[in-house]
Amino acid sequence: MDQMLKVEQLSGGYARELIVKNVSFQVGEGELFGVLGPNGSGKTTLLKMISGILPFRQGRITIKGQSIKSYTMKELAKMIAVLSQHSSQAFSYTVKETVSLGRYAHQDGWFRSWSVEDERIVQEAMGQTGIASFQHKSIQDLSGGERQRVFLAQALVQEPEILLLDEPTNHLDLSYQKELLDLLKKWTGEKGLTVVSIFHDLNLASLYCDRLLLLENGGVHSNDIPNEVVKVEKIKEVYHTDVEKHPHPSIPVPQMVLLPKYGANEANVVIEPSYMQINKEYISLQSPIPLRTMSSGVVGSGLGWQHTFVNRHVDKSYDCSDHRQEMRQFLRERGFEPSETIGMMTAVHVEDVAYKLLKADGFSVLVIVTAGVGNAVDASKSVEHSFELIPGTINTWIFINGKLTEEAFIQSVMTATEAKVKAMENLKVVDIVTGTIATGTSTDSILIAATQTGKELEFAGTITPLGKLISQGVFQCTTEAIENSRKRKQQL
Amino acid sequence: MKRMGQRAFAYIIALAFLLIAILLGISIGTVSVPIGNIVQIIGAEIFRFISIDHIDPMQTNIVLSIRLPRVILAGLVGAALAIAGAAFQGLLRNPLADPYTLGVSSGASVGAVLTLFFQFSLPFVGAFTLPLLSILFAFLTIFVVLGFARKIDRAMKVETIILTGIIFSSFLGAFISLLIALTGDELRQIIGWLLGSVSMRGWSYIQIILPFFILGTIILIANSKELNAMSFGEERAQHLGVNVQRRKMVILIAGSILTGAAVAVSGTIGFVGLVIPHLTRMLWGPDHTHLLPLSILTGSSFLILADLVSRTIISPIELPIGVITALIGAPAFGIILMKRRSGERSGSDA
Repeated sequence: MDQMLKVEQLSGGYARELIVKNVSFQVGEGELFGVLGPNGSGKTTLLKMISGILPFRQGRITIKGQSIKSYTMKELAKMIAVLSQHSSQAFSYTVKETVSLGRYAHQDGWFRSWSVEDERIVQEAMGQTGIASFQHKSIQDLSGGERQRVFLAQALVQEPEILLLDEPTNHLDLSYQKELLDLLKKWTGEKGLTVVSIFHDLNLASLYCDRLLLLENGGVHSNDIPNEVVKVEKIKEVYHTDVEKHPHPSIPVPQMVLLPKYGANEANVVIEPSYMQINKEYISLQSPIPLRTMSSGVVGSGLGWQHTFVNRHVDKSYDCSDHRQEMRQFLRERGFEPSETIGMMTAVHVEDVAYKLLKADGFSVLVIVTAGVGNAVDASKSVEHSFELIPGTINTWIFINGKLTEEAFIQSVMTATEAKVKAMENLKVVDIVTGTIATGTSTDSILIAATQTGKELEFAGTITPLGKLISQGVFQCTTEAIENSRKRKQQL
Repeated sequence: MKRMGQRAFAYIIALAFLLIAILLGISIGTVSVPIGNIVQIIGAEIFRFISIDHIDPMQTNIVLSIRLPRVILAGLVGAALAIAGAAFQGLLRNPLADPYTLGVSSGASVGAVLTLFFQFSLPFVGAFTLPLLSILFAFLTIFVVLGFARKIDRAMKVETIILTGIIFSSFLGAFISLLIALTGDELRQIIGWLLGSVSMRGWSYIQIILPFFILGTIILIANSKELNAMSFGEERAQHLGVNVQRRKMVILIAGSILTGAAVAVSGTIGFVGLVIPHLTRMLWGPDHTHLLPLSILTGSSFLILADLVSRTIISPIELPIGVITALIGAPAFGIILMKRRSGERSGSDA
């Protein structure tokens, strides 16, 4: 990769104040290079020095191997185009007139007329930025997003090799932000355009940039690939705020989330049986605060934050082609908001529920199990079963009054499952198809919900303090629930 | 192409308007000269072989010695003020800027009044002393105004510049009043000059303004593209490749030359530089490659007609031409300001 832009020990600023201090970095051809930093860290000043607007005091800026000072304004404008945050427009130039101004540097002499080539380039840029359809409109009649695209087109007709952008997505709504950055990313790949852009949004920067430069107080804090720069410690250090890092759900880049203050000092809620409501139709638990959940079930499953938990009894003959939709309808009719609810189904009579609050030092666990073993399956021989979706028969809810890591969530699921298997074995529940001891039923569901306040619980393996409570609670409740359900059968 | 046709149309309209204004300006007065005669008289002046023996020599005299120089002078002054106004507006990105509101006219007046007051004449330039000093003072004023505005507000907001211009205008106006108060015999001369007029100036005044007019106009028209770029802000212009510092200086110098020369020959005539470029921009768009020439044509037509009104409306008394332009210009200024304010408000959320 050729070095397009090289900044060496650059220092400078305004009148008396030194804003950029001893900054060095290089940008290769076709790179999308992001500049990050809190307000006042010198991002815009740095960009102004690179674009030649602001003289610098010390150091060197080299473009294509030559000092920036050796180029004339016009020569510079043919290599570097700038898209800034704010653009004033005092007069109502048309879109096309505005874009055409970008050809200024390419028009030598006083009276050089508009060439066919100029026209082609302008039309092409207007096409690429999607503004050709309103090229005769006045720019003063455009929306902020449209105007930004007009100035992008103006920068493009300069036919630059380097595009400098100062928060290009400012003023743009979500879809245009993405569109603009997708376009830039495409051009870096296809045309070898080099892009240096200031970002306010760490996540957008991580999504699109090849490398990031993190500035702090005018100096370089880090200069690396996004995964190395966007690190919790670094961001906390530079931005002085609480953040958490998460992987992007569909592509392998880091994403930062802010941790607002109000989340932390929420009243210390303990989930207890008193929040439960049991009737013939369903068991519900409504938490006063949203709980971090990991679950399987009919609605609200996966990872999330939920308020309400519903385990609904349905008849054995329940058959609905769209059971999710039907469940949502059910919840809505009962006054539960489906988007904040985890809903499960069971053919078991929910009054046969078994639950238990278990306490340990600094945290507690509420386990709630409904169980029926009509569809009992031995997991080791499940291939012998045909696939059929029957309403779940062992539904395990585990509410943890503590702060869990993601790892602890996963281990909780393991621990709970192991305890359940043991309970089945103890009660000698048999898989009727294979004749062996069953390990569960074909449609069991599980919920792990944590308040995420109070004691930090890093692990939930079987012999950790949390694991012990879970395994104990699940084993006891599952046993009791199966026994309750068997008693009811016998009474019939 | 549609837009090309529109452009040609703009020039045809503006030229026709100018021609009509010139003919009316020469024709109408205490002695009416038929338009046919005017064409013949001027034709004979240019092409000596045309015979105009059948026309009253007095008419020929009125046209060639009085009305034609007056119309040409009014036209040149109007053109100079209009193109200078258009350039200042583009450079400062402000449709409210003009030589008058920026204090340039007052500066030029101070130069002229000082010349009249001390009755001096610079060596080598002689009759050009007054215009040269006017231009010099116009130029000094614009620099002081811009420098002062920059001190108050680094961003050089348009409103700041205009307020600064008005402050300087008032100050310089007071200075002129002081000179008038101290004046004895030259009072009439200074007052007469200050009120602004293109009457009884003759061909010699045209000779004074013409070189400056040509010079300033060529410089500004050569900087049309730069003015377009600078309309989007100085940083934007620099990003586009314009050598902003140099171009800005050149444009300010040219604008001051034009204003100074106009003030030197006709006194302070306000509002032409404000209203004409604004009107032209509204009609034909803000592109300076066309805005500047069209402002020249419209500005000269406007001042020729204003002069015609000033000397005919309560004939035989002749009003100062500045009165007419202010009567038309001040309300126009108010309307522009109102439209701009409401435009800003409704456009702010865009």
